[in-house]
Formats: sequence, structure tokens, C-alpha cells
Amino acid sequence: MKAGARKRAAEWLASGPSLLWLCLFFLVPTLLVFVLAFRPATPFGGIGAGWTLANIRRLADPAMLTVARRTLEISLATTFICLVLAVPVGYTLARISAKWRNFFLMLVIIPFWTNFLIRVFAWKTLLHPEGPIKQVLVFLGLVPSGASLLYRPEAVVLVSVYAFLPFTILPIYAAAEKFDFRLMEAARDLGARPFAAFRKVFLPGIRRGLVTAVLFVFIPALGSYIIPDIVGGPGGEMIGNKIAQRVFVDRNLPLASALSVVLILSVLAPLVAILFLQRRGEGPEIL
Amino acid sequence: MNEFLEFKGVSKRFGSNQAVTDVSLQIRKGEVFSLLGPSGCGKTTMLRLAAGFERPDTGRVLLDGEDITDLPPEKRKLNTIFQSYALFPHMTVRENIAFGLRVAKRPKSEIDDEVDRMLRLIRMADQAAKKPDLLSGGQKQRVAIARALVNRPRVLLLDEPLAALDLKLRQRMLIELDMIHDEVGITFLYVTHDQGEAMGLSDRIAVMDSGRIEQVGTPVEIYEAPRTSFVAAFIGDTNFLEGEVTGLEDTEYSRLEIAGVPDIVCFNDKAIGPGQPVFLSIRPEKIHISRDKPEAARLRNMLPAVVEDVIYLGSTTKYWVRAGEIRIQILRQHSRFFLDEKPIRWNDEVWVWWHGDDGFMLERYREVDEDLLAVPPRKVGESDGGNGR
Repeated sequence: MKAGARKRAAEWLASGPSLLWLCLFFLVPTLLVFVLAFRPATPFGGIGAGWTLANIRRLADPAMLTVARRTLEISLATTFICLVLAVPVGYTLARISAKWRNFFLMLVIIPFWTNFLIRVFAWKTLLHPEGPIKQVLVFLGLVPSGASLLYRPEAVVLVSVYAFLPFTILPIYAAAEKFDFRLMEAARDLGARPFAAFRKVFLPGIRRGLVTAVLFVFIPALGSYIIPDIVGGPGGEMIGNKIAQRVFVDRNLPLASALSVVLILSVLAPLVAILFLQRRGEGPEIL
Repeated sequence: MNEFLEFKGVSKRFGSNQAVTDVSLQIRKGEVFSLLGPSGCGKTTMLRLAAGFERPDTGRVLLDGEDITDLPPEKRKLNTIFQSYALFPHMTVRENIAFGLRVAKRPKSEIDDEVDRMLRLIRMADQAAKKPDLLSGGQKQRVAIARALVNRPRVLLLDEPLAALDLKLRQRMLIELDMIHDEVGITFLYVTHDQGEAMGLSDRIAVMDSGRIEQVGTPVEIYEAPRTSFVAAFIGDTNFLEGEVTGLEDTEYSRLEIAGVPDIVCFNDKAIGPGQPVFLSIRPEKIHISRDKPEAARLRNMLPAVVEDVIYLGSTTKYWVRAGEIRIQILRQHSRFFLDEKPIRWNDEVWVWWHGDDGFMLERYREVDEDLLAVPPRKVGESDGGNGR
């Protein structure tokens, strides 16, 4: 056996277990979802024989389109706010002394010690009409006493930002930590004001971290289910809730699958486009 | 005298480290001025104070009479060449050079013209579309120079710009820097630890050590007339001889006694009177060596000595000799001047001599500076120290 072939065999052997894992528990279930989307549903929650496009057609329902648009808006808003908050934090973390850096990184990670569900429920208590936040805002005259902080899209965005912020901070910090801050001095030296240096040199310098952060927030936010379920109410429902309702309330797996397919494709399409452009060496080098 | 960039009593401390202590310095318009010193001597801090990356704790920085101490870097008409070049990796060569003009919001056609002119100056017009990662060290260096010069700075600050290059490339870039200076004619403030670079490029040099200026002068003054033991030892090599003034030869020359040898004549510009201790610095290449006794002459110091070591260095040969208690290193361009001359070997008895003008009395002497000198040969079992002052 030649050295190159042996090396390739060793590579396959080394990646074999994880490849098998991904195929069995990720690729096959995903393909099953794609297949189910085109099968008819039976009235008793089963899956009928034959093929149909009825599930896909039902997605054009105006109520469904409203939920889809809301899902997109909430996810975009969450991603945007997370980035705006995480970039200064990542920048600062990369610049402060190692002692303080470890302390603040600890603070970022500590929330993970508590169960996600419990943390979201805690927000429900905080935002409750009798809860402390509402009381303070009413006292300051910022909201009328009749207004509700819960059960609206803004509440979903707020809690989503809280939940996903660490996933934005960490990749941005990782990129900022590798960034050569002498480049900022060079930019200042060449006449750039601090903010111009930040925008023209620092942000392009950490673009890989930014893209990772966007993917880490935007994709989970699109599929969000627990947060809108607990703090969103009917006015804050997202596609994730619709899929869950089709499964648990309607017992209509094919329709739930059709919704999932739309969700998967809407995430996958831009990623594939970026990868394809990069292969041809034209697109932005971001991944 | 037209001071252009001026430091007035500048001090800077980082935590417990006093980087620069009460330094005053005047740099003239159009000259190449070098700050030369070992790492940690404060020379880079001086440059960062000029660029505006650091504020002095005390003292002022002036540019052409204007106080720029409190101006941020972007408001100063100075540009820096960084040791690491600090080229923007996400921009092409052209975009890197255009950066300063773009943030200054100059018209596009003007930016293109200026960048083209710089690309021609550094002879890299055909590389304009490349990213810095694809360039060699010398090319990156040239782009960094162009990126700074395109802004027409009043002073160009260079922070060890050649340190990352190999020897041959360094020599070529040094010539190139010299040519660029002749062409653009702006003031250069050049920071380096390499005496060769500083000597070859500078109009004047300030030698720094431990946050202070040791001496300011032309390369010739610094080398030929060092004022302190640090300057004498850091630049080139030298012999330190410790002695005592015994009398005056005339108004300009003193007689000294060094390690028991009387009547050594030395140029005295320091007004040191009889009975006072003195330290002498004599460059190894200023001392002559031969087997035959030279003729006595006015102001000529002659000593009989024994050769302890002969080191062949290619273009020169170094001899370590011992004259009584004194150990002296001597550098000669050839091992032999004449083919029929018998070469000088170990344990040969020789004569060494030098002119009274070639020894220099030092204003300040510190024993630690001896560590910068070449170490004399040591016989097996001989104790450390006693290197022949």
C-alpha cells in the first residue's frame, strides 16, 4: 500500500465512529422527516400509504405565513441584539488582564449550571404582572399599569437574547483574543478615529467569529420552541410551537414534517450558497 | 538650529518599571535621527510617545513648535512603521496603502494617483492586488513604508523596521530606506538596537540606556569620542583602563599611571587634575602591535607585552596581550602586513603602542558595562574577573 493511500485509510478509520454516529442519528432522521412530509396523515395520528403534496400546500395558509414571518423577525432581532451586545464584551474580554478575563468568562458560563427550562421560567416570574420588573417600570411611569410584559414577541426576543448571548460572546471572544491589536494602533496612526479603526480593522479581523456567532444564535432561534411557549403566548408563537402543536395536539406527523422541512431548508440554503461561492473562490471568505 | 520634533523633560512609568526618565531631545528637520540602545532601554517608549500611543507622565512633546502631547495618534502628522509591519490582513496591498487617504476622505481619483505613485516608489505596482499574506518579508516592509509615506507625514517613525529580515535583505532595505529618505526628504526617527543600522543610516544618534540618554552625536562622535563607559562598550568594542592622573603634559594632554605603568599620555578634554582617578577607553583597532620596538615619539604610548591569544576573524585578527597587570585587545586588519614578516603567535613578546589622541577619558564609568565587552582568554583554573583594567 502506498503511503498516501495508507494515510487516507487511517483518516477514514479515525473519523469512522463519528461519521457513523452522524449518519445514524442525524442524517437518517432528517431524511425520514423529508419523506414523512410527502405522506398523507390518517385521522388517528398514523401515516397513510402513498404520496401527497397536501402537507406542503397547507403551509400557504395565511396564519402559517404570519407565524413564519414572526419567527424570522424574532430570530433576526435576537441575533442582531446579541451581536451588538457581544462584540463590545468580546473586545473587552480580549483586552483586559488574564485574571479579570477568567473571572468574567466564568460569569458568562455560570448560567449554564442552572437548567435552561428553569431559567426561562424564572423570566416568567420576573416579567409577571406582579413581578419586580413590571413594578419598577410602572413606578417610574415607563409603562401603564394595565400593560403586560409577558405574552408578546418582545418578551420572546428579550429571553432569547438572554439565553443565546453566551453563544455569541464566546466565539467573538475567541476571535478577538487572536486578533493582533497592534493593527488598531496602525489604523489610529494612519488617521482613523477610534470608532473607524474598530469598524474598518477590528470587525473585519474577527469576521470568522462573527459568522460563527450569527450561526450559533440565528439557527437555534429559528427553531426556538420552549421560550415562545413559556413567555410568548399566542401573540408570540413561532414555527417551533406550530410543529409541536401538530405533533402533540393534532397528532399530524406529516404536517409537522412539512413544517420542519421548510425550517431546515431555510437554514441550509444560505449556508450551501456561501460554501458553493467559496469553492469557486468568489464569495466572501467568511466560513 | 531648527528643532523640529522635540521632547522636553519627558518621563514615563509602566507600573513599577520606569521606562523613560526625564529625557530631553531635539530632532532637526530633514535628518535621520536614531535612538540606539539595548532592548528595554526605553527607545520604543520614546517612539510611542511621539506617535501618541502613550502619554508622558511628565514633560511635553513638540512638533514644529506646536505642543502635541495631548493629541491622539490620528491627529498627529506623524506616521509609524511597525516592527511587525501591522499590515491589514483583510486588505490588498493597494487598499493598505490607500487606508490613510480613505479615512481622510480624499477624492477617489486623487487616492488612486497617490497610491500609484507610492507603488512605483516601492516598485510593487504588479503586486497591488495581493493580500499581505502572500508577500515576502521585504515586500511587506516596503508596503508598510508606502502606507505611511502616502500620508505625507512630517516625521516618519520607524520601530526596528528591519529586525524581522535576514542579514542580506536588511542591508538592501537599509540602502533602500536611505534612498527613500533622500527622495522624500522628511524627518526620520529611527529606533534600533543594531549599531550597524544606526551608524550607516543616521545623521545623528542618541544612545539610550535604562530610560536615559547617554550621549547624542553624529556616528563619528559617538564612536570616536564616547562620553560614558556604556556608549564605549555598547558601540563597537573597546579596552577600559583604570588609572590616575599624575601630571599635565601640556594644556591638552595629561600623564597617567595605569596599573603601575607611569607616564601614559592621554588627550584630556575633561579638565581632570592630578591625583584624580580616571577611566580610559581605547578602541582595539587604534592600538598597534609589532615584534620590533617602535621609535619613540611625542604623545606615543609604548608598552612591552606578551601575546595571550590570537583569534583569526577573516578580515581582521584579534590579539589579546598582557602588559604587566593590563590586558588589552588589539584588532589588526591583516595577520601580516608583509609576506616576509614573521607572524605574531602565542607567547610572543611584542610591543603595543597607541597615540595619545586615541585614548578617551570617560565622564562616567560603570563596572556593569564591562559585561558588554569581549571576554579575554582564561587559562584553565584561572578565576573569573580581573579582565585587565
